[in-house]
Amino acid sequence: MRDFWQRFSRNRSAVLGLGIIFLIIVMALSAPLFFPGDPFGLAGKSMSPPGESGFLLGSDSLGRDVAAGIAHGAKTSLLIGLIATIVAVLIGVIMGALAGYYGGIIDDLLMRTTEMFQTIPSFVFAILLVAIMKPSIESIVIAIAVVSWPAVARLVRGEFLSFRNREFVQACHTIGMSDVRIMLGEILPNCLSPIIVIGSLMVATAILIESGLAFLGLGDPNIMSWGFQIGAGRTLLRSAWWVCTFPGIAILLTVLAINLVGEGLNDALNPRLRERAS
Amino acid sequence: MNHSTRRIRYVLKRLLQAVPIVFAIVVMNFFLLHMAEGDAVDVLAGEAGSATPEYMAELRAKFGLDQPLPVQLAVYLKNVITFDLGYSFRHEMPVSQLIIDRLIPTGLLMVSTILLAVGFGILLGLVAATGLNTWRDTAISIFALITYATPLFWVGLMLIVVFSLNLGWFPTSGMEDLMAFHDNFWDRAWDIAHHLVLPTITLSLFYLALYTRLMRASMLEQYGQDYVTTARAKGVTEQRIVFVHVLRNALLPVVTMAGVQVGALIGGSVIVESVFAWPGLGMLAFEALFARDLNLLLGIFLLSALLVVAVNLVVDIIYSSLDPRIEVG
Amino acid sequence: MTRLLDIQGLHVGLPASAQRPYAVQDADLHLDPNEILCVVGESGSGKSLTARAVMGLLPRPHVNIAKGSVLFQGEDLAKAPDARMREIRGSEISMIFQEPMTALNPVMTIGTQIDEVFRFHGRMPARERQERSLELLRDVQLPDPDQALKAYPHELSGGQRQRAMIAMALALDPKILIADEPTTALDVTTQAQILNLIKKMQDEHSTGVLFITHDFGVVADIADRVAVMQNGLVVESGTTEEVLNHPNHPYTQSLIAAVPSLTPRPARPRAEETVLKVNVLDKTYRSGGGLFGGKARIVHAAKKVSLDLARGETLGIVGESGSGKSTVARCIVRLNDAEAGEILLHGTDLRPLGRAEMRPHRSKIQMVFQDPFASLNPRTKVGRIISQGPVLQGATPDEARQKTLELLETVGLDSGAYDRFPHEFSGGQRQRIGVARALALNPEILVADEPVSALDVSIQAQILQLLDEIRDRMNLSMIFITHDLRVAAQVCDRIAVMRSGEVVESGPTGAIFKQQQHPYTRELLSAVPGKGWFLESDLRKHS
Repeated sequence: MRDFWQRFSRNRSAVLGLGIIFLIIVMALSAPLFFPGDPFGLAGKSMSPPGESGFLLGSDSLGRDVAAGIAHGAKTSLLIGLIATIVAVLIGVIMGALAGYYGGIIDDLLMRTTEMFQTIPSFVFAILLVAIMKPSIESIVIAIAVVSWPAVARLVRGEFLSFRNREFVQACHTIGMSDVRIMLGEILPNCLSPIIVIGSLMVATAILIESGLAFLGLGDPNIMSWGFQIGAGRTLLRSAWWVCTFPGIAILLTVLAINLVGEGLNDALNPRLRERAS
Repeated sequence: MNHSTRRIRYVLKRLLQAVPIVFAIVVMNFFLLHMAEGDAVDVLAGEAGSATPEYMAELRAKFGLDQPLPVQLAVYLKNVITFDLGYSFRHEMPVSQLIIDRLIPTGLLMVSTILLAVGFGILLGLVAATGLNTWRDTAISIFALITYATPLFWVGLMLIVVFSLNLGWFPTSGMEDLMAFHDNFWDRAWDIAHHLVLPTITLSLFYLALYTRLMRASMLEQYGQDYVTTARAKGVTEQRIVFVHVLRNALLPVVTMAGVQVGALIGGSVIVESVFAWPGLGMLAFEALFARDLNLLLGIFLLSALLVVAVNLVVDIIYSSLDPRIEVG
Repeated sequence: MTRLLDIQGLHVGLPASAQRPYAVQDADLHLDPNEILCVVGESGSGKSLTARAVMGLLPRPHVNIAKGSVLFQGEDLAKAPDARMREIRGSEISMIFQEPMTALNPVMTIGTQIDEVFRFHGRMPARERQERSLELLRDVQLPDPDQALKAYPHELSGGQRQRAMIAMALALDPKILIADEPTTALDVTTQAQILNLIKKMQDEHSTGVLFITHDFGVVADIADRVAVMQNGLVVESGTTEEVLNHPNHPYTQSLIAAVPSLTPRPARPRAEETVLKVNVLDKTYRSGGGLFGGKARIVHAAKKVSLDLARGETLGIVGESGSGKSTVARCIVRLNDAEAGEILLHGTDLRPLGRAEMRPHRSKIQMVFQDPFASLNPRTKVGRIISQGPVLQGATPDEARQKTLELLETVGLDSGAYDRFPHEFSGGQRQRIGVARALALNPEILVADEPVSALDVSIQAQILQLLDEIRDRMNLSMIFITHDLRVAAQVCDRIAVMRSGEVVESGPTGAIFKQQQHPYTRELLSAVPGKGWFLESDLRKHS
């Protein structure tokens, strides 16, 4: 663990990313403190440019505070990104592990399914799912998880497939170990690194999908989100550029920070594997 | 078996493999439609204001919802094969007609985006990999990192703010100037191209970043292979090693990825077309979404999936000409 | 007189993070025309980097020539500019590599790759270039040279690829050929052919050959002079006769002593009791096909294989890659399911048993694997790796721990190993851990699948000795899979020779080495590198 932290902290951009994420989490947690009240509510003069009428980042046509929206939206983005990823990783790991380990028909079916998911335009599919299920936090999480799990399944399948024939796994067979124990106790710990890396990168993608859905008007109508802010502000582009600009920067920074951390994790976790395997 | 017959067999095999996938997509579409149509009855009945049970039943019969499920599926499959995707009550037109009208603008946007993203991605990746750890590499890597994290719709809006509203270089929306009535073909083409610039840049940025990163990584990986040492041991120049030996091998994963990403590109076009009011499939999807016309949305979804299958086949053909190791099972 | 190649005081520097400052230290070597110099050493000796330093192919900037000179006909290559080196490479000095599959560009035809050598050294019309290429392929005895010219690397066999590499290297009749373990990745019979080819080509063109190898058998077959390297130092050099038969340096002596000899061990009386009997075992592999796929390919990996194993004896199964020897071993331990035949353990047929029924029999037959790195879970501590088996078979944690500590001692490791991870051990030590794991269930039969082929010679000898001791002490019977007849001669009481899934010949080791019944066995035996020298040196030892 200390080893890992040392390697991770050597990567300066990854540490920077971690810092940004930390700040965004603080912002999300402290939003009710600094911006009490409903972020959808009227907070003052409408269409105020940044810095005027007491608005740090300006206000929109309905007098909503952009800064308050960003602070409250942080929680939405992070939570949806995280929960959708956890669901997708769980499904993906189970499917991938079964397919990679047992092969045969299970594997064939899974591969065809993931191929199908690669073929269908995943964002359009997510739009469809949310539209059919009616926009809500749950339907958004389900839609993102449904379009994301095949990538995890493919990765885990590949890992299990290569470990299945590794000699140490065969040695477990020769001493009579059960399949479940081999999968969970022997193989899975060896593929945690790539799963952690793909998971962290998926949080970023999930946030991008969520903001896209909200931009198209498919966000949960009761919850403030960055994509919604931009979607609501696009008609004001000519007169109030700040309404769209700042939430966009928030998305950019969050996704960038998560990607940086993901890459840092990849660099810190993978050489260890290589060194051990060689 | 020589190379060309092998290639043909490979492509045929891939074509055959696409059949069950297309079938699965159609079946899945049917079930989604089934969920959506029940819904539509309620919506339409509610809108009509006279939700008598007789009217509801009449509507259900009109949608075929009173039939048993397998029969409905069979009817749906038959309809899909004859390219009958149902009727859009909002537009009062058959769905297939609506979609066909929008194919060309989307195709235009997709082709220009793929060319820009893949072409420049390969170029930038190449430049970054050959100048490893120089300022060129750093600049390209930072550029890729940032564009990789930017939401498409935001890029589009910002480009509009800067280049349309402030600088006035490009139009904010649409595909052509409807008031111009060009009688000369080239004038019209120029007009469309002018409108195409911002949407194309917006849609390609993310993929440009993706291909740049992929190409860079792929080049570096190939650079460490044994055959590069062999080529050096033969006294081949570094230029030829980079541009002939390494490049061709490094392109393989990029080509594969270009195929895989077509689906994502269509998803992106929904956003970009709605930002720029580009009259393509994506814009149609956005309108359908807005009007809660799920039948139309499903039709677009089905067609875009088929489009991806077709593009992937083209990618397979390109791939088979680059990699002699294709397997024919 | 200027020598063809004269390496003086060569130092190859390593990056600061490496374990030692120099990969090669103060190396003096020289090579004359029409001479084969073998540089021998174990892994990490610096032999390959020496070869690459001559070619100017060190992995710069991390590894480079720190001091010393590489004089090629009097010209110092260590100081030559890149352009000059490029001129020399391929025309004056050329090189062939260990793994011909990865050393050739997979997406270019053989013809194009040979053509490049001509194109980048001087001018020659395309027609002539093609004719020369064809001629070269004919010279290296490739069947159907026209076809080979148009073929991609993956369409040729390993031996054919290496022939194509040699053709490429000799295209411009270079003065020096550097061969970096060119036969290590090949089967014995192919290895013998490639060695012959190199020798023949060298003879015809009066080339000076710098040959890197770890195998003293190969050295005995082709070297005129030998240099032995250890940890970056040239510890001894001289003519083949001097170094092989009268080694001065203790390291050379130990290396040569560790090479298994070709004279079979003295026969031991065979026990009456048969522990394991394999009857007409059949196993096929299917690849491809599937739910929507095309036709399946079927490989017959074992065809009517019959073997028997008496108590306390070691049965060797010998064969080249693809002979089915590993398949048979894996069917016996029930890692693979054979389709037909019997596997009788004390008269009980194991073959039809399901997983649950097999469990009580599992402990009787245990396996030692080939790759000491892949055979231990990198995330599990050594103690747990060994004690897992007893625990699964019902031992209490305390008993299992006690047993594990005893076993660690048995295989020559100290008890501190219990709480350490596999990556903290060397290859030989890991193989000992693998042996301990197999012994933890008190097996009657040990199946060892190429247990020493991934190890250096000196370590190889230690592991073979360990297996021998354990077999005697615990009264084990052993099935020993190997591709190396020399190893088989040292450890096996009986040998079964396999080819394409069939046992072509079997019998007591001594008899097989004295009088082969099957032509394939004869071919295999005559292909063993350094055969003549082994027999000679064994005679010398005994007289």
